[in-house]
Amino acid sequence: MSTQATHAQQAVVDKAIEIEILRYRPEQDEKPFLQLFEIPYHPDMSILEALQYIKDHLDSSISFRWSCRMAICGSCGLMVNNIPKLGCKAFLRDYYPQKVTLEALANFPIERDLVVVMDDFIKKLEEITPYIIPANDDKCLSEGTYQQTPEQMEKYAKFSMCINCGLCYSACPQYGLDKNFIGPAALALLARYNRDSRDAGSAERMKIVNQEQGVWSCTFVGYCSVVCPKGVDPAAAIQLLKVESSKDYLIGMFKPD
Amino acid sequence: MSKRKPYQREMNNDWWLKNIFYSKYMIREGSSIFITLYSLILAWGVFRLSQGEEAFNAWLSALQHPVSIVFHLLVLLIALYHTITWFSLAPKAVDLYIKGKPLDGKLIVAGHYITFTVVTIFCLIVIML
Repeated sequence: MSTQATHAQQAVVDKAIEIEILRYRPEQDEKPFLQLFEIPYHPDMSILEALQYIKDHLDSSISFRWSCRMAICGSCGLMVNNIPKLGCKAFLRDYYPQKVTLEALANFPIERDLVVVMDDFIKKLEEITPYIIPANDDKCLSEGTYQQTPEQMEKYAKFSMCINCGLCYSACPQYGLDKNFIGPAALALLARYNRDSRDAGSAERMKIVNQEQGVWSCTFVGYCSVVCPKGVDPAAAIQLLKVESSKDYLIGMFKPD
Repeated sequence: MSKRKPYQREMNNDWWLKNIFYSKYMIREGSSIFITLYSLILAWGVFRLSQGEEAFNAWLSALQHPVSIVFHLLVLLIALYHTITWFSLAPKAVDLYIKGKPLDGKLIVAGHYITFTVVTIFCLIVIML
């Protein structure tokens, strides 16, 4: 490596960026407070790596969730300058030289620092029977698998890409105002199963959809689809379920059962 | 003993002012207030028509007041904003497949604009004639 290149690298290393983190330590704090850190700036450094740098070199008490570092586990969701993002998929270069403010995912209770309580979200995912309910339960394994054409798969493929990171719940003011709302990810997952040609559980799931707290709590803000790191488009899933729910209502008027 | 004490942050009334996306959403939804007022003025006109020619003409001349003109221009702007933002969201609520492929969102939006233009021109012709 030439001397010039080394100097150029050194110059990048010498730059610093300010990271402000909303801290909350339940055993000693009454409420969260902001703490400022300054770390060396690298254009290829992710927010998650910045947090790891802080934990390794500046304050080991800071808590945050992470696992895969490649936007597939859905663990490192947090608010970056008030916008829900995955820490591993957001980079310092998009904020430098401005200060970056990190906060635990909005709309969820803070467990500690950047860690949130996700129990309500998980409960909602479980509620919608997120598995295929076959029409013929007695089908024997020896009769073979359920076949599906690429067209039939296309109908739900997008809605099956969810990694349960919770960013859409943080982006949803309706969930923020009413925690009883089933919410974007759970409803997208519900649509994923209702739209699957191998599934016969739609009627059961429509009972959840048709409730006030089902799709009808959604006012189509649409921010869930903007923040989704996997392009799931929960807003579209919910609007399509609204159409199904309206059909259900109309059919029910003429054919009550 | 557990030291767990989850902290629930408050959602302030100004939540929609802190993110431009939410602000635009609130303007879209808030447009309904102005469109309601416009509809009430229009309904009042129909009511005045039932009271006879004189009453209807009084309503017509009231509409020519500068305040009324400014208000109607404002409602037109807001209604157009609502229309544009609503049309851009339309592809999300459409579930059309052609030969197994989902219909391109741009076509759905274009379809809305074409329908909107045709209906507007039709209404103008009916009113003018």
